[in-house]
Amino acid sequence: MNNVFVYCEINEEGHIAEVSLELLSKGRRLANKLNVELEALAIGYRLENIADEVFTYGVNILHLADDKRLFPYLTLPHASIVTGIFKEEQPQIALFGATSIGRDLAPRVASALRCGLTADCTSLEIGNHTELKSNKVYQNLLYQIRPAFGGNIIATIVNPDTRPQMATVRDGVMKKEPLPSPFSGKINHVEVQKYLSDVDFVVQIIDRHIEQRKVNLKGAQIIVSGGYGVGTPENFKLLYELAETIGAEVGASRAAVDAGLADHERQIGQTGVTVQPKLYIACGISGAIQHRAGMDKSAQIISINKDPNAPINQIADYTIIGDVAEIIPKFIHFYKLNSK
Amino acid sequence: MSFRIIVLAKQVPDTRNVGKDAMKADGTVNRAALPAIFNPDDLNALEMALKIKDQMVDAEVIIVTMGPSRAAEIIREALYRGADRGYLVTDRKFAGSDTLATSYTLSLAIRKLEPFHLLITGRQAIDGDTAQVGPQTAEKLGIPQITYVEELISIDLQQVVVKRRLEQGVETVKSPLPVCITVHGSAPACRPRNAKLLMKFKHARTYTELQEETRDYTQLRFEKPYLDIEELSGDALEADEEKIGLAGSPTKVKKIENVVFQHKESKILNNSDQDIEWLVRQLIQNHIIG
Ligand SMILES: Cc1cc2nc3c(=O)[nH]c(=O)nc-3n(C[C@H](O)[C@H](O)[C@H](O)COP(=O)(O)OP(=O)(O)OC[C@H]3O[C@@H](n4cnc5c(N)ncnc54)[C@H](O)[C@@H]3O)c2cc1C
Ligand SMILES: Nc1ncnc2c1ncn2[C@@H]1O[C@H](COP(=O)(O)O)[C@@H](O)[C@H]1O
Repeated sequence: MNNVFVYCEINEEGHIAEVSLELLSKGRRLANKLNVELEALAIGYRLENIADEVFTYGVNILHLADDKRLFPYLTLPHASIVTGIFKEEQPQIALFGATSIGRDLAPRVASALRCGLTADCTSLEIGNHTELKSNKVYQNLLYQIRPAFGGNIIATIVNPDTRPQMATVRDGVMKKEPLPSPFSGKINHVEVQKYLSDVDFVVQIIDRHIEQRKVNLKGAQIIVSGGYGVGTPENFKLLYELAETIGAEVGASRAAVDAGLADHERQIGQTGVTVQPKLYIACGISGAIQHRAGMDKSAQIISINKDPNAPINQIADYTIIGDVAEIIPKFIHFYKLNSK
Repeated sequence: MSFRIIVLAKQVPDTRNVGKDAMKADGTVNRAALPAIFNPDDLNALEMALKIKDQMVDAEVIIVTMGPSRAAEIIREALYRGADRGYLVTDRKFAGSDTLATSYTLSLAIRKLEPFHLLITGRQAIDGDTAQVGPQTAEKLGIPQITYVEELISIDLQQVVVKRRLEQGVETVKSPLPVCITVHGSAPACRPRNAKLLMKFKHARTYTELQEETRDYTQLRFEKPYLDIEELSGDALEADEEKIGLAGSPTKVKKIENVVFQHKESKILNNSDQDIEWLVRQLIQNHIIG
């Protein structure tokens, strides 16, 4: 009762989605802090192999709703099962990925349970809260921290009176932390028929085209990222060359994507991917708040920019002032000279 | 009975064009300096509704918006582009609504317009970026939802077929009516204002707006009742006071921080061979690259 729940998304290969593993890691920390258990809920078909995957993250109870009709994802059957289980188990916190699935499902569930939901949190913490009007003190609420207003403000949201406290979090925002030693939890096989009815299946999928993501920014240790300042496709090729040389992935700012210099899937920032590489090399990127939101947790940042006052320089560890078209070839040259 | 399409649209501050004067000296957001606009995705939603209207023998598009008196501007904007009529859901008591209270309130207004065939919303509003109001309104109304719709494939009196844009691909789905569709910003852009409609509706006003007008509109409105933009208050909707506004909003804002730069000690280098070689060596020595 009153545990922390994570909705585990199932990907095309039948595994738990990365974002869900990240949420399990965060959920484990929150559960420890609150001294409660961590429970996972996975809904799909042929889920027998996911248990080990999930228990590595310290899940105490895994609820498995396994039925042929539950994959691919459909809103209504998943919402009925999640709502039904939450009503019985009364979680205090429930986390979902801010993905096409999580952002479709979580609001439907929150509405049915009449509880609060905060989208796209960038940080989750436990803390107390005093209601100003009544002076009532609430212990151990979930602080749901997220940017709002186009990223110009950061708001901390709480749900004092309703449960569960629901939040969605984007891919790559939380860190994946498998437990060092083996862990085994319990499995609860959900009796799906109890929650489903025929009206849950009125919407039908006629056709699906799922493309594999080609670019793996999230997994990259080093990212060479280009902005509008890179200027031309020829200059952008230099970034690929550098990335190839030092074993990096290529990212981009929205302005670069809008200008056609890079594909959308390479966009980093509030409306793109959130990354935390060991090294982020920002080339011709000014560092607007929406861009920084997706990369400011990088361990080391190098900015290459003509403008000494570009905002990105303020969060960079190293700033090279000058033209990307001249600096990158030099960088490649000296790398080849010095590495082996 | 005509084919009824309801579009939910919101007036939002233009957070995409946050200029220098948008932040006050004390670092807080200066809402007054931000222009209020038609939420971008909601224009795509309106276009989808208008396109369906073009295809049907007898269809009407009704725009519903919840907001302060000023939000009537976007109803007029929708009328200029082809919507048939609009409702402004407005009341001081709605202030401070989060998405749950908003969807409850909007669902009451929509219930007044039953029976309808389609409810179309934008995917998300740029002020909050939550994408919650569409699905939550659908749940309150007990109808299915199809989110992130990019393209209308076909529609008739019984069912709709659409294409959804997902993170990793596209899905074609079909649903019986009524259904709630949330429209992605990548769907076709909205048609421009139509000059004839602009002339027809430029005097469309809510009752509240009329109170502030100096000109006497009595005769005009008697002749042209379509110029009325109806306002719906909490009382008119028989809303449960516990479920609207701040009281009906489970999420509370505990704290707001303005984003400020965290200055790091940045090492400034020049475009000289020396500096760049030094940096590359540093990175290699520290096992960051190589
Ligand atoms: C709701 C919302 C969401 C957004 N989401 C994102 C997002 O997810 N990701 C994102 O990136 N943006 C996002 N943006 C856009 C963001 O506000 C900026 O417009 C964008 O990040 C700017 O990209 P940029 O730095 O490449 O371009 P610019 O701001 O034009 O900066 C170009 C930089 O290059 C430098 N430069 C020019 N020429 C050279 C040269 N030859 N050599 C070296 N330096 C040079 C310039 O000095 C300048 O600093 C979003 C905006 C909004 C409103
Ligand atoms: N106050 C409102 N009035 C009318 N429609 C709204 C309102 N708030 C949200 N919506 C609709 O719900 C969609 C999602 O909004 P949001 O959940 O705020 O991102 C918007 O694109 C609108 O279509």
